Amino acid sequence: MDAQSTAAVAVDHLVKLYKGVAAVDGISFRLAPGSITGLLGGNGAGKTTTIAMIMGLVMPTSGGVSVLGAHMPAERYRVLHRMNFESPYVDMPTRLTVRQNLSVFAQLYGVADIDARIGELAADLDLTEFLDRPNGKLSAGQKTRVSLAKSLLNKPEVLLLDEPTASLDPDTADWVRSRLEAYRRDNRATVLLASHNMNEVERLCERVIIMKRGRIEDDDTPARLLARYGRETLEEVFLDVARGRGKQREAAQ
Amino acid sequence: MNASDAGIEFSFNRVGAMVRRYWYLLRSSWPRILDLIYWPTVQMLMWGFLQLYVAQNAGFFARAGGVFIGSVLLWDILFRGQLGFSISFLEEMWSRNLANIMMSPLRPAEFISALMIMSVVRLSIGMVPVTMLAVAFFGFNLWSLGLALAAFFVNLILTSWAIGIFVAGLLLRNGMGAESLAWTIMFLFLPLTCVYYPVAVLPVWLQYVAWALPPTYVFEGMRELLISHVFRADLMLEAFAFNVVLFAAASFAFLKLLQSAREQGSLLQTGE
Repeated sequence: MDAQSTAAVAVDHLVKLYKGVAAVDGISFRLAPGSITGLLGGNGAGKTTTIAMIMGLVMPTSGGVSVLGAHMPAERYRVLHRMNFESPYVDMPTRLTVRQNLSVFAQLYGVADIDARIGELAADLDLTEFLDRPNGKLSAGQKTRVSLAKSLLNKPEVLLLDEPTASLDPDTADWVRSRLEAYRRDNRATVLLASHNMNEVERLCERVIIMKRGRIEDDDTPARLLARYGRETLEEVFLDVARGRGKQREAAQ
Repeated sequence: MNASDAGIEFSFNRVGAMVRRYWYLLRSSWPRILDLIYWPTVQMLMWGFLQLYVAQNAGFFARAGGVFIGSVLLWDILFRGQLGFSISFLEEMWSRNLANIMMSPLRPAEFISALMIMSVVRLSIGMVPVTMLAVAFFGFNLWSLGLALAAFFVNLILTSWAIGIFVAGLLLRNGMGAESLAWTIMFLFLPLTCVYYPVAVLPVWLQYVAWALPPTYVFEGMRELLISHVFRADLMLEAFAFNVVLFAAASFAFLKLLQSAREQGSLLQTGE
């Protein structure tokens, strides 16, 4: 069996041009089943576009993406019920209660016992007390937990997270991370996490892909990246890459 | 590739989920419900009183009782049918929920079906009370048209859905910059489909345009029924044939615009 057929997500020479400008410029990577990978990069690095192409929301200009063996976006309906995503840039209807929102999405994803699944997630993500409150009346932290619950409704095998803890206070962010860790461990899910938060990536991810201007600048485990750049934190590595010091160091060596 | 993988499988369960989502929204907001009834009532009263005034001063209009009220009620089926479809779609954009929907296993045909159902639900909430008021104020009973009303309704709602589908495609492709079209596109049909006057009033060259639009047949048919007491089944069949073509063209345009939205990345950026 080759790497492509065993990978949960396979990205091959992926390019996305907007009016001739490359948002994603020929990137390739594979995510092993059950792995958790961080996608790092500054604003405009191409993280969100990459995730959108993996989800089938955006069509690549060239190259290909396959998720659980299905080519995206052409074969997306083979796998959409086995994947899910969460992003602070996408909301759920504010006038609907948390329970109504979750139950609508559960029905869309074909969840078998909707009430039981919502109850399970509510207990797990501490949502029980505001299940019957409209989404628009929740705090940012509560909304993030509801979005996370939505993304876990169908027990996805592939979970795509775009800055899942953006705008959360450190305590709530830490709490969300621990829930993500538990979900991934218990369900052997493949997780791709785009983030600006280096601590988050350092804590959660066993592999880090660093993007800059649509390209992959580096791709390794956090420990090997730290060693290679001679840094103590991923934030320092990130700054080295963002400011081109990584390339300078390579050239000097 | 089977039907499910190709995206042509149809699930009533998923359609039901979307209808439930819009129903929850509608019932949670009394201004939304009031808005469905308010303007059709104002329109009906204005045209009803105008008809009363004209009928008292002109013999023809006295004989053609109910033409204006009938016209405005049928126009509202066309206009409110499209608006009901488009507003439900816009709710997804206003709430920034579109990516959640497009990322879910919901197929485009299921999404459109849910919007069509909600268009009828919203139309019913608005129009049923207004037709009752028309009986109370002016003695005009739209429901007494019976089978003819059913033929008028089917043709008008099909046109409204076709326009709604096309507008939804434009919104997907162009984002909220196309929102004003959702509110105004149907007004192009107001003069061309001859809602309040016969087609013969138009210049000859414009009559060809009018007869290419399905609602024209409905409004002409309504006038024949109310003035000459003749139900023109031939006009309804012609309208239906044009509607089939219009609906197919709108669905094709929607799929093309959706594909273009995926290419342009506009499903993620639904702002202006």
